Amino acid sequence: MLVRVTHWATVVCFAALLVTGVEIVISHPRFYWGETGNVMMRPLFTLPIASSRGTVPTGYGYVMPDENGWSRYLHFEAAWAAVLTGLVYGIAGVWSGHFRRDLLPGRGEWSWRAWWAVLALYLRREPAGEARRYNVLQKAAYLAVVFGLFPAMIWTGLALSPAFDSAVPWAVDVLGGRQSARTLHFFVTGALVVFVVVHVAMVIHAGFWSRMRAMITGRGEERE
Amino acid sequence: MKRISRRKLIGSGLAATAGVAGLAAAGKLAERYGLVPPDCGGVFGPGETLTYGVQRVLTAHSLAREFPRSMISAAPFANATDAPGAAFDGLRAGGFADWRLQVDGLVERPGTYSLADLKGMGRRSQITEIACEEGWSYIAEWIGTPLTAVLQAAGMKAEARYVAYFSIDKGWWDSMDMGDALHPQTLLAWGMNDGELPVGFGGPLRMRVPRQLGYKSIKYIARVTATDSMKGFGKGLGSASPEGGYAWYAGM
Repeated sequence: MLVRVTHWATVVCFAALLVTGVEIVISHPRFYWGETGNVMMRPLFTLPIASSRGTVPTGYGYVMPDENGWSRYLHFEAAWAAVLTGLVYGIAGVWSGHFRRDLLPGRGEWSWRAWWAVLALYLRREPAGEARRYNVLQKAAYLAVVFGLFPAMIWTGLALSPAFDSAVPWAVDVLGGRQSARTLHFFVTGALVVFVVVHVAMVIHAGFWSRMRAMITGRGEERE
Repeated sequence: MKRISRRKLIGSGLAATAGVAGLAAAGKLAERYGLVPPDCGGVFGPGETLTYGVQRVLTAHSLAREFPRSMISAAPFANATDAPGAAFDGLRAGGFADWRLQVDGLVERPGTYSLADLKGMGRRSQITEIACEEGWSYIAEWIGTPLTAVLQAAGMKAEARYVAYFSIDKGWWDSMDMGDALHPQTLLAWGMNDGELPVGFGGPLRMRVPRQLGYKSIKYIARVTATDSMKGFGKGLGSASPEGGYAWYAGM
């Protein structure tokens, strides 16, 4: 049940973080590598969108409304909610054996052959049916999100805080500098969005309403 | 539906009561140790208070990162500001010889200081990064008088909890807590990259708060006042920023 509650709490946080993050990016849709970066310097890449600041040369001749104030407030509040939810999920996951039992690939699943067998099932678009356990691809994806992308998101985000960096300077230095951290924060967001798109596509493939019902009510679960 | 046992009900009730009491006690303690920002109300209050409180504890003795001279940005970028007004233009014509910083509030010796007075009160230079909340940044050498030296000269009283600072440009004012006001890197900057501080970058006098984002580093400083509460300033939210929708604390 805790997995379901924390899942939906995370969905709400992620939506808030994504919307506000996009709003903040709009105020400077240019990305750099290294410690510093501004409109006087060459960007690594530029998003082809208008900006909410007239000082950014986008070539659009149109300045979007500034939404950074509430976006920044909400971004950090949602980040706190996500981190606290993640802590509850993480502690409960270790405590209940959810990680070990459900997410860690079993012995037989470590081979390429086993991965390929699952992938082939997807490629042939065979009906998934009422699976009781995650297959190895699901396990790998969930592990990557929970222990890879989520911590990376928090790390690269905190590295953008000048106060945090004053206390923990190596957090930003090992990423290659402040602007590198910002660019990585953007890339990790991209990876999470790709995960969500694939995840939702798979839910639809498996039968959207039955899966939604299972994830909301817990019906179809083996045990609480 | 599972049946709820009496023991479970009583247990949960006790836990909830303890939780609420704990939160209330934590709130009181946080208030006492200055871990609650002036803009702690509203829907964003809990998140903002968490950010400020945790970062204040974490950064109690931390110094902003300083960089080697070779990393100074060749092309720094200054946000264009509207002309600060006719009074500013007059002072500029006189080479800012008549620029005055007024120091008042909870101090033993309120007074006004010229730029030359300030330069005689102490000098510190540091190469730090200034980062805008929008995402861009540059590194520069900032030269100025530590704010703490000015507060000491004026004899700041023990009950002061915030230092508010005002631009000659009426709409711009802000404040910081004692953690930043007494911080060795918080400067009343009058120099940049071994020269005078250019007007575009806030000259003749800019507050440099290097552990916070750029919008905390207000340009054209004309007044500094020590206070025990931000209630009497503007809407009481600590600075002009929350009135425009932006957080008072800009460490994140």
